[in-house]
Amino acid sequence: MALIDLNRREIHCKIVYYGPGRSGKTTNLFYIYNAVSEKYRGKLLTIETRGERTLFFDLLPINLGKIQGLNIRIQLYTVPGQSHYRATRKLVLKGVDGIVFVADSLRKRREKNIESLTDLRNNLTEYNLKLEDLPLVFQYNKRDLISSSIPILSVEELEEDLNKDIGAPYFEAAATKGIGVFETLKEISKRTVKYVARKYIFGKQITRAQGGAL
Amino acid sequence: MSMMIVTQEKAKRLENVLDKQLVSVGVSLALLIDEAGNVIVAAGNDNGVDTTSLAALAAANFGATAQIAKLIGEEDFSILYHKGKKDNIHFSKVGKDFILVTIFTDEIPLGLVRLRVTQVAQELLDLLSES
Repeated sequence: MALIDLNRREIHCKIVYYGPGRSGKTTNLFYIYNAVSEKYRGKLLTIETRGERTLFFDLLPINLGKIQGLNIRIQLYTVPGQSHYRATRKLVLKGVDGIVFVADSLRKRREKNIESLTDLRNNLTEYNLKLEDLPLVFQYNKRDLISSSIPILSVEELEEDLNKDIGAPYFEAAATKGIGVFETLKEISKRTVKYVARKYIFGKQITRAQGGAL
Repeated sequence: MSMMIVTQEKAKRLENVLDKQLVSVGVSLALLIDEAGNVIVAAGNDNGVDTTSLAALAAANFGATAQIAKLIGEEDFSILYHKGKKDNIHFSKVGKDFILVTIFTDEIPLGLVRLRVTQVAQELLDLLSES
């Protein structure tokens, strides 16, 4: 649920990084946290188990600058990817305004990607939301492994598996090196802010954000 | 509800309620948040507490306990209370979409906080549902 606070002149939007376990959702947030100047970001909050798996969620608030005198504050959340954390994933999706689906390029994770996308659809349905109606960006992560001997999926295969019917924008990424991380963030932020603004405040008149992290 | 708009006037009125009913009896910090983890208004002294993280965790905590409630056949737990060595924290549901978080020291009796929180809930809800 986006919050428009006219008192502090802020708009708050929630973007959730979704995807199977170990696909690199938290890595995306870590990279953003380290790359963005302190002025434009809050504290990174993580709740993880000993094995560095996200237990509940990670949260990183960032400031995207101003649109029409309103400060755009985005909260980036990740969900725990492992399939048995379904209940927690659903909780994190509460009030979501935009979604990044981080898919794993490893061939042996193919089924997990598809399973996770189905799980996302099901969880959204429980909040009466449809994936097609929400701002959504795909990130095909671990593309740097293409030069290794590990079997990985081609972008065409990933598109066919996940994005065929949706047609959302996608980015190739190597989150550990930061490749594609900001491209993904920029696109989903743009779409989310547009979606929120168009739906509720400014009609169709959108101006570019001034200043901020991106 | 998919969007909440807080006008300056509404924020002031909500803050006033928190100030008058809770901060005045010694509550250190009162936060009104929504279920997605956004801070709507805050009153009192945050003493450097990271309220963004606090709100996100409080909302998640509430969501998690609601699931526990369902597992044992309850609809919801409408009140949560954590006791610390010096500071205590109390969470209570305000209507369906909001949570009131209060932080207070041992010098304030829990009963008083609970009483005030219950009294204040309806008042906040009325203000929040005004358009």
